[in-house]
Amino acid sequence: MSEHGIRVSINGRMHMSTVEGRLLLSDFLRTFAGYTGVHVGCEHGVCGACTVIVDGQAVRSCLMLAVQADGACITTVEGLARPDGTLHPVQQALRDEHALQCGFCTPGVVMTLAALTRGPEKPSAEALLAALSGHLCRCTGYQGIRRAALRLAGDPAGESK
Amino acid sequence: MKPAPLDYLAPTTIEEACERLAEAGGGATVLAGGQTLMPLLALRMSQPFILIDINRVAALKGVARAAGETWIGPMMRQNEVITHPTLTSALPVLVAATRHIGHHQTRNRGTIGGSIALGEPAAELPATAVALGAAVEVRSTRRTRRIAAEDLYLGPYTTALEFDELITALHFPDWPAGTISLFRKVAMRAGDFALLGLTGAVAARDGRIERAGIAWFGMGPTPVKARRVEAALVGEPIAGLDVRALAELAVADTAPLDDQHASAEYRRTVARRIFARTLSEGLDGRRSA
Repeated sequence: MSEHGIRVSINGRMHMSTVEGRLLLSDFLRTFAGYTGVHVGCEHGVCGACTVIVDGQAVRSCLMLAVQADGACITTVEGLARPDGTLHPVQQALRDEHALQCGFCTPGVVMTLAALTRGPEKPSAEALLAALSGHLCRCTGYQGIRRAALRLAGDPAGESK
Repeated sequence: MKPAPLDYLAPTTIEEACERLAEAGGGATVLAGGQTLMPLLALRMSQPFILIDINRVAALKGVARAAGETWIGPMMRQNEVITHPTLTSALPVLVAATRHIGHHQTRNRGTIGGSIALGEPAAELPATAVALGAAVEVRSTRRTRRIAAEDLYLGPYTTALEFDELITALHFPDWPAGTISLFRKVAMRAGDFALLGLTGAVAARDGRIERAGIAWFGMGPTPVKARRVEAALVGEPIAGLDVRALAELAVADTAPLDDQHASAEYRRTVARRIFARTLSEGLDGRRSA
């Protein structure tokens, strides 16, 4: 049973730790680093709640080992809003469109949309809606989440769909 | 932390990875993108003593054109395959198939080689490799060999790879300019495993089909190459094709299962229809082009 020293940047802060080889990244982020905004739902890659941004890309953190993130830059939902509390545009869009009820799936949804809208170009409504297939939400029926995605694509009426 | 205790190794070269695999004597599992293996570890359906992570082996990444074929590093992420300019022009069927794997988030990690090595019978990439006549290059400390994709799959999740062998390259042969892509997946929801699907290509010259490579996924214990319909298509003039009769031949080589999602007969019925529709649409595009 191997142990490994890792250095990971999380929300701009460097974390050093020694982890077992089998430790999941999702558990490392919650239990070792304290980022409990990483929600652990199914723990086997189905629900999408644990989605974080690793080196710029949305991935399921339960489908990576912590040791694999050695040297990586990770953003969790805690890293999006400004220090003064101003919401990230994705968070604001979800709030404006009433896109959550219990909120368990929300951090994952936020991280997927944040990863896809981080570049200078606006992503297509189609690309954002397709990426939402990677998240399960048992409360909302998805309509609010879809509207938020369309708003982020600059197509609030969903005319391109 | 749900995986059982294990030793984790992260070699940085192919040679080192092969040495570690050989030393483990069958007790190791290779970790590529992990989008199937990690759930199996979490559910403890897989409990290897040693996990050999090949994500840090730079030589397993990249795309190159060579004489008559395209070389693809097996550790190319599925989302990298979808957006790669060389692959979108040289292998549009491969790109279409890859687009249908899982979700955006899993394609950011999942690799083309991982999917081909796993041999899931309902997966898009093994069948596409079989249809297009691809081959895998496989290395161990003992030897290097090439295995044609159609000889790779022995049963569900069972391949011709020995325990100490690692897929180090994928070779996809060139198809002529103007090749018609055939791809259709039937699934209950986006990102689900396929109930069944059709993948492949047809090349025509002077109005006659000169080459056909067609395979099914989800229609048997392995990808199923539709040899009879391939043979029937080659040499035929496009104008006179009896698509319905061909659809009957297209399912002749299949052996679909009954399961909780669909009966074998349902799968065969849908397969005939999607074959007829996909081939007709592909040929219509060709006629109007």
